[in-house]
Amino acid sequence: MMDTEVDRELLEKIADLVGKPVGAFNIRKDTGCDGRQSTEHIEITGKTDKAGIDIRVKPGTEGETCHIPVIITKPGVQEMVYNDFYIGENSNVNIVAGCGIHNCGDQTSRHDGVHTFYVGKNSHVHYTEKHYGDGDGKGGKIMNPQTIVYLEEGASIQMDTTQIRGIDSTKRYTKIVCGKNAEAVITERLLTHGEQVAESDMEIVLDGENSRGRVISRSVAQDHSQQLFKPLVTGNAKCFGHVQCDSIIMGDAKIRSIPEIAANCTEAQLIHEAAIGKIAGDQLLKLQTLGLTEEEAEDFILKGFLA
Amino acid sequence: MLELQHIYYTVHEPDGELGILKDISLTIDDHRLVVFTGPNGGGKTTLAKIIMGLAKPTTGRILWNGEDITDLGITERAKRGISYGFQQPPRFKGLTVRDLLTIAAGDEKLSKDRCCQYLTKVGLCANDYLDREVDASLSGGEVKRIEIATILARSAQLMIFDEPEAGIDLWSFARLTETFEQIHKAGSATMIVISHQERIISLADEVVVIGEGSIRHRGSVDEILPEILADTLGACPVLTRGGAAL
Repeated sequence: MMDTEVDRELLEKIADLVGKPVGAFNIRKDTGCDGRQSTEHIEITGKTDKAGIDIRVKPGTEGETCHIPVIITKPGVQEMVYNDFYIGENSNVNIVAGCGIHNCGDQTSRHDGVHTFYVGKNSHVHYTEKHYGDGDGKGGKIMNPQTIVYLEEGASIQMDTTQIRGIDSTKRYTKIVCGKNAEAVITERLLTHGEQVAESDMEIVLDGENSRGRVISRSVAQDHSQQLFKPLVTGNAKCFGHVQCDSIIMGDAKIRSIPEIAANCTEAQLIHEAAIGKIAGDQLLKLQTLGLTEEEAEDFILKGFLA
Repeated sequence: MLELQHIYYTVHEPDGELGILKDISLTIDDHRLVVFTGPNGGGKTTLAKIIMGLAKPTTGRILWNGEDITDLGITERAKRGISYGFQQPPRFKGLTVRDLLTIAAGDEKLSKDRCCQYLTKVGLCANDYLDREVDASLSGGEVKRIEIATILARSAQLMIFDEPEAGIDLWSFARLTETFEQIHKAGSATMIVISHQERIISLADEVVVIGEGSIRHRGSVDEILPEILADTLGACPVLTRGGAAL
């Protein structure tokens, strides 16, 4: 486990892992299992019918973290992985996922993952997912994550996703269905550069009374990269939903942002906002007056924006 | 010491050239508090921007501590101890008040206590503001006070404030004038303040009246303030000096 420098760098980038994780974990490397550990409260088992794992969190589990990073270090690896999470009632857990691809070859490496969460009553999940690619090969680095979440009464999820850099193509799909008094908060951070393309479809379905959903998406498109965002919040009951998309466009990049809200109930209160713009000249000038160079000012603004 | 030598700033308009600044020469000694005042559109902000490097003079030279900085960029001037508080500061999505103060102070480990000192001087509480983003959720007055706090955090040798009073409430204004007075008394910086406020003008060692791109008058507060008041009243067709408004 974590045999090479590449392994260690990828795991630190995508899951902040330095050394063996504490608590439950499953490290997937080049389509195989590179390490797995269950705990008293979190059980991880491999699927027998297809690639992937089941993570079962016992009811009442409080404050435990489960790491399930995926790394691909060989060119030409292509995989489809299914991970299912069963979160028992009255739990509060952190799930740290993420995928890193190191591709030094000419063949495309690709990871497609489907994560499905079943979050029990009054449980809270903090789900973190970071994507990163590196390597100087010509082979593409592709990631297509799907995350489906079902929140029972009073359950909540805070989903923080970040595409750090280096992913040539991504097509994200996220769907969260909220029951009564459930809450979903998605913060998405995405950077594309070079000729990269990224597409993100999201849907929060507010089915339950007093459910709440919030999407906060921030992206930066540099060089010739292209991005497409389609967040949708649907209100089917007395609920509150808010979609906020902000993008910084640079170079010859292209961004389309299409936030949508749909109400099927008179008590649904839904709001959306979207903005695309370049870094404002006065922002750069202000930071230069504080002693930064123009390049440092730009980096500082982007770092803050995507933090 | 700051020396401005024959500064001209000219812009090209469809119907010819327009002189924004016309032959401005001015020397400001160290640790002086100088107020630039005068009518709107007279060239005060342009002159201040030229000192910071935000605008480049068409002709003329700028010397700072004996060094010709005319051709230096903004960053180089900032590193030489010149700072500038914008009249309308920009907002930053994702950057917090702490981020800006940290950059301004040039100290990655800037303590909360230090941040608190800077914010208190502009009438803000660190507990309420330090981790807030400097975005549209803040009012214009709050952003303006944070802007001034960044200048205080810089502890620069030359502090330029462009209408620091604009957009802030009376209580914060009183706190701000106290802060200017303290900096001035401590002799820690040279200050150029663009202002129309009598309270700020009265703090000045020297008042420079700029209008139509030229220095109209300069002198002590006692010399200049009566002239400003006379001009102000004289310029109004309704009011007369010593008389009641009609």
